[in-house]
Amino acid sequence: MSGYDARFRVWRGDTGGGELKDYAVEVNDGEVVLDIIHRIQATQAGDLAVRWNCKAGKCGSCSAEINGRPRLLCMTRMSVFDRLETITVTPLRAFPVVRDLVTDVTFNYAKAREVPAFVPPEGVRAGDYRMQQVDVERSQEFRKCIECFLCQDTCHVVRDHEENKASFAGPRFLMRVAELDMHPLDAAARSGLDRKTAALEEHGLGYCNITKCCTEVCPENIRITDNALIPLKERAADRAYDPLVWLGNKIGRRRGGT
Amino acid sequence: MATSTEPGTQPPHPRTATGTGTGVRHPSRAAIATRHLRTDRWWLAPAATAAGLLAFIVYSTWRAFANADYYAAPYVSPFYSPCLAENCAPMRSGPNWEILGSWWGLSPALIILVFPLGFRLTCYYYRKAYYRGFWASPPACAVAEPHTSYTGETRFPLILQNMHRYFFYAALPVAGILTYDTVLAFRDEHYAWGHLGLGSLIFLVNTTLIWAYTLSCHSCRHIVGGRLRHFSRHPVRYRLWGWAGKLNGRHMQLAWASLISVAVTDFYVYLVASGAFDDPRFF
Amino acid sequence: MTELERQQWDVVVVGAGGAGLRAAIEARERGARTAVICKSLFGKAHTVMAEGGIAASMGNVNSRDGWQVHFRDTMRGGKFLNQWRMAELHAKEAPDRVWELETWGALFDRTPDGRISQRNFGGHEYPRLAHVGDRTGLELIRTLQQKIVALQQEDFRETGDYEARLKVFQECTVTRVLKDGERVSGTFCYERESGRFFVLEAPAVVIATGGIGKSFKVTSNSWEYTGDGHALALLAGAPLLNMEFVQFHPTGMVWPPSVKGILVTESVRGDGGVLRNSEGKRFMFDYVPDVFKEKYAQSEEEGDRWYEDPDRNRRPPELLPRDEVARAINTEVKAGRGSPHGGVFLDVSTRMPADAIRRRLPSMYHQFKELADVDITAEAMEVGPTCHYVMGGIAVESDSASVLAVPGLYAAGEVAGGMHGSNRLGGNSLSDLLVFGRRAGQHAAAYAAGLTALPLVDGEQIDAAAAEALRPFSAKGPRDGSAAENPYTLHQELQQTMNDLVGIVRRAPEMAQALEKLAGLRVRAGRAAVEGHRQFNPGWHLSLDLRNMLLVSECVARAALERTESRGGHTREDCPAMERSWRPVNLLCRLAGGTDRTEPGPAAQADPLSGRIELVRKSTEPIRPDLLALFEKDELVKYLAEEELYE
Repeated sequence: MSGYDARFRVWRGDTGGGELKDYAVEVNDGEVVLDIIHRIQATQAGDLAVRWNCKAGKCGSCSAEINGRPRLLCMTRMSVFDRLETITVTPLRAFPVVRDLVTDVTFNYAKAREVPAFVPPEGVRAGDYRMQQVDVERSQEFRKCIECFLCQDTCHVVRDHEENKASFAGPRFLMRVAELDMHPLDAAARSGLDRKTAALEEHGLGYCNITKCCTEVCPENIRITDNALIPLKERAADRAYDPLVWLGNKIGRRRGGT
Repeated sequence: MATSTEPGTQPPHPRTATGTGTGVRHPSRAAIATRHLRTDRWWLAPAATAAGLLAFIVYSTWRAFANADYYAAPYVSPFYSPCLAENCAPMRSGPNWEILGSWWGLSPALIILVFPLGFRLTCYYYRKAYYRGFWASPPACAVAEPHTSYTGETRFPLILQNMHRYFFYAALPVAGILTYDTVLAFRDEHYAWGHLGLGSLIFLVNTTLIWAYTLSCHSCRHIVGGRLRHFSRHPVRYRLWGWAGKLNGRHMQLAWASLISVAVTDFYVYLVASGAFDDPRFF
Repeated sequence: MTELERQQWDVVVVGAGGAGLRAAIEARERGARTAVICKSLFGKAHTVMAEGGIAASMGNVNSRDGWQVHFRDTMRGGKFLNQWRMAELHAKEAPDRVWELETWGALFDRTPDGRISQRNFGGHEYPRLAHVGDRTGLELIRTLQQKIVALQQEDFRETGDYEARLKVFQECTVTRVLKDGERVSGTFCYERESGRFFVLEAPAVVIATGGIGKSFKVTSNSWEYTGDGHALALLAGAPLLNMEFVQFHPTGMVWPPSVKGILVTESVRGDGGVLRNSEGKRFMFDYVPDVFKEKYAQSEEEGDRWYEDPDRNRRPPELLPRDEVARAINTEVKAGRGSPHGGVFLDVSTRMPADAIRRRLPSMYHQFKELADVDITAEAMEVGPTCHYVMGGIAVESDSASVLAVPGLYAAGEVAGGMHGSNRLGGNSLSDLLVFGRRAGQHAAAYAAGLTALPLVDGEQIDAAAAEALRPFSAKGPRDGSAAENPYTLHQELQQTMNDLVGIVRRAPEMAQALEKLAGLRVRAGRAAVEGHRQFNPGWHLSLDLRNMLLVSECVARAALERTESRGGHTREDCPAMERSWRPVNLLCRLAGGTDRTEPGPAAQADPLSGRIELVRKSTEPIRPDLLALFEKDELVKYLAEEELYE
């Protein structure tokens, strides 16, 4: 396969406004969209702002929307497009724009701070932690997250409703709550913190209507909805909506945790 | 310091105005007029889902209210099983128990259908399907939804979706009874054992799919093991959780397959009961 | 004087990778108000790309492991050029640093008895690398990031302000370390988003900016690796140590071109992957150097048995230290036995079941599938050397990580030199970050707390730094007849120069030519011009980074030309042998002609070829006898210079 010229439309602008600008740009064998954006930068628009870092799908910096779909620029191969197609690249549309393809992702860092951290078990010294592989695997899946925030971007709860940002943590941070709740040694409960109830009351789990867009966009193929959000909903239901389990826990608590 | 390089002093190039609305048109977001830029046929999946669900609703409503042609020995329509009113067609040693007595005058299907209906209505897959297909919340990923406000499942009535596990508990005996019906489908029209008709096979497939759908439920996966923190201390439940998880990965496919199979089974009984078709016998 | 925002902190940490975050955590826990400043978003640092694991002799898989064994492996890997005290501290403290991560929520893969699992890696005698699949760096950065958040939550509960005692300035760049006389007084920074300048006043600055890979064309490093910390230290008057040692990782992707250089983790070989040439031969058996002859298998059968029974067999030569493997691949390709796209074949598909590959090497599976359309469970990968790591770096004092000659300046992680000698072992980087990141934070906090009079920030230095940073905007248009330069073009030429002339195998005339080219690039970089304004302007950012890359590249080229031997990450075709006489020699780079100018001095301006860097030879400190005693005499004879042996 030889090189060809592709038609690109890239959103240029800032908080004051902007527009989709057209570029004709060379494409070579095996390239990804980020290569093309870099070529536009190096040859036609030196000040085109784009966030990127590792260019290997490991850091989650180059999140943007390609033909209207939230994607990593570095993991979207040009070969998936038709050569005659016009490829539209815009910044993430759920967050405030800064410039060109760069958005202000402060929302995510603010939400990260609102999830109480791992609580180490009392009386277990560093080096004495013992955990079984089967017990850490669920949380390990969630820790594959590269924090590209594509799930936060695509989630309609905040994408389409700015006002929900205050009360909804978004899939990434609900998944963080699930990760900690499934951590075999997290001692939050002993410190008086019930992560399941907190998920409902503090992090807005009820806003999620499990329409699975977060799972669809995840570049790490984490099954966010099936493995984190729904299990968290079920765990919250144990607490808030299930008198039988509540009763069972009252009795079972004497025997210690499960 | 060169003033021309100060932030924000650059003359603006021709541009569209910033948005004034909420969501993707919120003034803070990148000023893009269209509500989405997807170029694929994103509307196809929600449209197909809506059409499929609608077709089932129309069909099942007709059949549930029909109160006729639901029993052709040995086959009983899954819509009418178990039959809990006095006005049921007699089914010898079948699942007709007159618990509700004679005051019930409507179709007996309505009594029992509440449970599978509730199970499916609160099912995590169907929720996704109808939120997207009927309510456009969202219609597809990264396609702006038409609603001005959204509270999700935080309030009545949608907060009741959390009752899913109770419908799961109820779905277990219902699936048990359908299994019983399937066993009875191996009798012939004179209630003698050793029969195998096309109907028996349809019942077998339907029951299998119903069970697979029921056991692949997210609540089931949670109850058998998902709620544990240490799998290593509960090896049996860990294994069950693994199986439920495997099925759960196909929850959507099973939801559709069992929905279709239950309708097909009912329709088969209708054909046989109304005399439009004769159940072919293998032995 | 330039009016800009100034903030006062006790400790400023430049860089938010593993070393920077670990330093910040330590400084904050010891009571210092700490600011972290990083070019990317918080949590995106290059550390996320580390795949294999963290080397620490916990002995969970093989109980015979211990710090002495780890120390020996590290010294051997570095060909005894390591700053031995660092190697000692590193080997002793690494297990504690790993265990500590678990108390902050890290979830490593486990052994059957519930402890942290450890895997084999090149140059390590026993399974030693704590890991999480092949995404260990991500786990490390996330754990440290979450620990920072935990500390901020603590501060919030006490003060109502998350950032009262620990603040991350993300997407900000430091262009100058400011000084009050000899001592550090703060940093001059700009915010990438707005282009706004600001100054962080602090008596202690920890540099943890990572490496220099972006000066090379084929590299596994991210855009951030422009040698910023190296240059900041140089410009502040600090020496850089042994900059000629640049590690080329043997296995980077070679195809398609746009991903050339992306890392293929060493775990592929640690878990059983083998290297073959176009003739299907496992060529590594032909490349075991004499110093390693007794430690590696001589036949494929023995090598294969080792995976199951490591006590009675020797390891396969695919697991030699990285410099050896990289050179071998280079030689095979040059001899015409390479793969279609100019690499060699790395194969796991015939060595492990498909589901085991997907489980143990998930991101490799993913990476090849997504980027190259190659299913590694069914076919071999094509791999070749890629610039990966710089062993050289800022010269530091071993125990405190304090930078020589600049009080108040500390350095940790890849940017610091010495720890790895002439070649780093896989897995020793992440443990290095933790051990010396912590030490840098500890000593920086203690230094800041112990001062009676705070250093003052000098307004003139701020003005000079601001003017320097703004020059790319005024360089617009032709000036004295020469056209403005495109920073992207300059960067590409620099990368090509370093790749071709100071790459994996080096020759004196080529390096001389490189110095000439670098001088030309430096003159042109003075004319680098950018369009647009200061808000998130990548062209401007690159113009500023060019200064750093050019300085560092000159260090590498000059030191490489000077060292007339081959050792570790420095291979000279014209001097192919490792010379024992070079063992005790450190090469230090310093800025020629003063530290406060960015333009070359008058003499250098007249002759650009004289460059900005001067080299100084310095003898290494003799290795402590009890550490020497950990080695067999026979082995030491191969490495140490005559006079060292007699002592």
